[in-house]
Amino acid sequence: MKLTAKRKEQARTAYLFIGFPLILFLVFTFFPIIFAFYISFYDWNLLIPDKPFVGLANYFELFQDRVFLISIKNTLVYTIGVVPIQTLLALVLAFIMNQKLRGRAFFRLAFYIPAVTSSVVTSIIFVWIYSKPGLLNYLLSLIGVEGTDYLTNPGTALFAIMALNIWTTSGYFMISFLAGLQSIPQTLYEAAKIDGANQWQQFWKITVPMVRPVTYFVVVLGLIGCFQVFDQIYVMSSGGPVNSTTTMSYFTYNNSFKFFRLGYGAASAVVLAFIIFGATAMQKKYFPSEAY
Amino acid sequence: MKKIKLQKLLFYGVLLLMTFIYIGPFLFSLSISFNAEQDVFSWPIKLIPDEWTLDNYQRVWRDLPFGQWLFNSIAITIVQTITNVFFASLAGFAFARLEFPGKNIIFAVLLGSLMIPGIILLVPKFIILNEFYLINTYAGLMLPGLVTVVNIFLMKQFFETIPKDLEEAALIDGCSYFRIFWQIFLPVSKPALAAVAIYTFQGSWNEFMWPVIVTTTRDMFTLPVGMAFLKNEFSVQWPLLMAGTILISLPTLAIFLFFQKYFVQGVASAGLKG
Repeated sequence: MKLTAKRKEQARTAYLFIGFPLILFLVFTFFPIIFAFYISFYDWNLLIPDKPFVGLANYFELFQDRVFLISIKNTLVYTIGVVPIQTLLALVLAFIMNQKLRGRAFFRLAFYIPAVTSSVVTSIIFVWIYSKPGLLNYLLSLIGVEGTDYLTNPGTALFAIMALNIWTTSGYFMISFLAGLQSIPQTLYEAAKIDGANQWQQFWKITVPMVRPVTYFVVVLGLIGCFQVFDQIYVMSSGGPVNSTTTMSYFTYNNSFKFFRLGYGAASAVVLAFIIFGATAMQKKYFPSEAY
Repeated sequence: MKKIKLQKLLFYGVLLLMTFIYIGPFLFSLSISFNAEQDVFSWPIKLIPDEWTLDNYQRVWRDLPFGQWLFNSIAITIVQTITNVFFASLAGFAFARLEFPGKNIIFAVLLGSLMIPGIILLVPKFIILNEFYLINTYAGLMLPGLVTVVNIFLMKQFFETIPKDLEEAALIDGCSYFRIFWQIFLPVSKPALAAVAIYTFQGSWNEFMWPVIVTTTRDMFTLPVGMAFLKNEFSVQWPLLMAGTILISLPTLAIFLFFQKYFVQGVASAGLKG
């Protein structure tokens, strides 16, 4: 009898402790998920009180919208370009950092600074670097190459922003890999050395397989981030020139909060969410379940 | 032996090159922020200004609503950091130490919500806040980020590493759970609390997408929104803009330098658990 009273008190306390976060998540996470689907079936304009039900019309319109199709293409190019490079770069840097070198603390600090800096700040700095009379072209001119204005050229703008993204995140992911590397038993490398394996072989045969769980984490986080890239696009190019940097999240933003077509914007966000689910599910296939 | 030396040299070469790539852009923007000439787009560009001045920093305060944006950013960051530390540790304690019906399901649902891409929540969150007339208010800016699932998860994981005998004596003495949480758990959890505080601070301070959507007038902008606005709306005055960006970066940079070990620990443990 006394025990159940104690149990009840414990449960009451627990609900009290988790109560506020739960209400917050209900209002700002769980209800909005359902609500997003609901809105996407309506012609929901912020400025027009009448919001008629339109069924799947928003979705049909999306797939006939040239800009939306371009935004899917841009988002895929962006993600497929950025994720592998930033992952590999982070792993290689972590591998080098894990050697017994002097000044490791300094390098770790230096590589991490872009990741802790505001995305708006790094974007603004890179707008300057990428401009015609900017730092990049100055460095290129030293070796006799003449560059272009990278952000106003439709052929280079997206790649320029991708490079910035790699620059920002690779240091962050390097720290994740470094932690993974430090948990690899040193005896594995020693045994490999006795067998005559060089650094290159050690990297591919020991390091890469042993950090698979971290790789999974880095790839999934990278995918989720890249698919939703927004800040850099907003600051550096506003989706231009001629939609060459319009990504899906920027498309959602533009339609929802510039044109106030919230139903249409919500529908585009739902499509993006499904693409992200698909991509992360695919990762699970490539990384066997014991990996995480 | 010679081969090993060569390899070390190569490694140092790569690290130094990467250091230049990672830090260089900040140094050059620092240099521009001290440039007395307003036209920094002369060719060939000067990496070091001919004439140095602090004028750009003064103008940031004088000619821009920088003080107002700074106030907004500080207010949001401080409130969200405090609420995250308090509510995430309280909820983390409940999940780590208390038994209650539905505990495992609730926790699984919360963790599952981490899989939801934030983009899908934007429009609904905006409409909800609009219904309550909270667009372009501090409440609208702060509410969605008062506590996050990741922070609750981090605190739960940490509390589970604390040995049970620490609280058992207190329980027998009839201490309330809140007192156990407050007087026994919190004092031994400083590293975890610091990690939560630092991550939240950094996230709130740098947050861009939500404030850009929720704010509609200049006086409600946060610093990142204000800087993006300056870059997009006016013909850009680069020295001024660079001075502003340097100022915005200082708090996160300072916190990072002072509390480095918490950053690294946090990323490390998140990486291993992911």
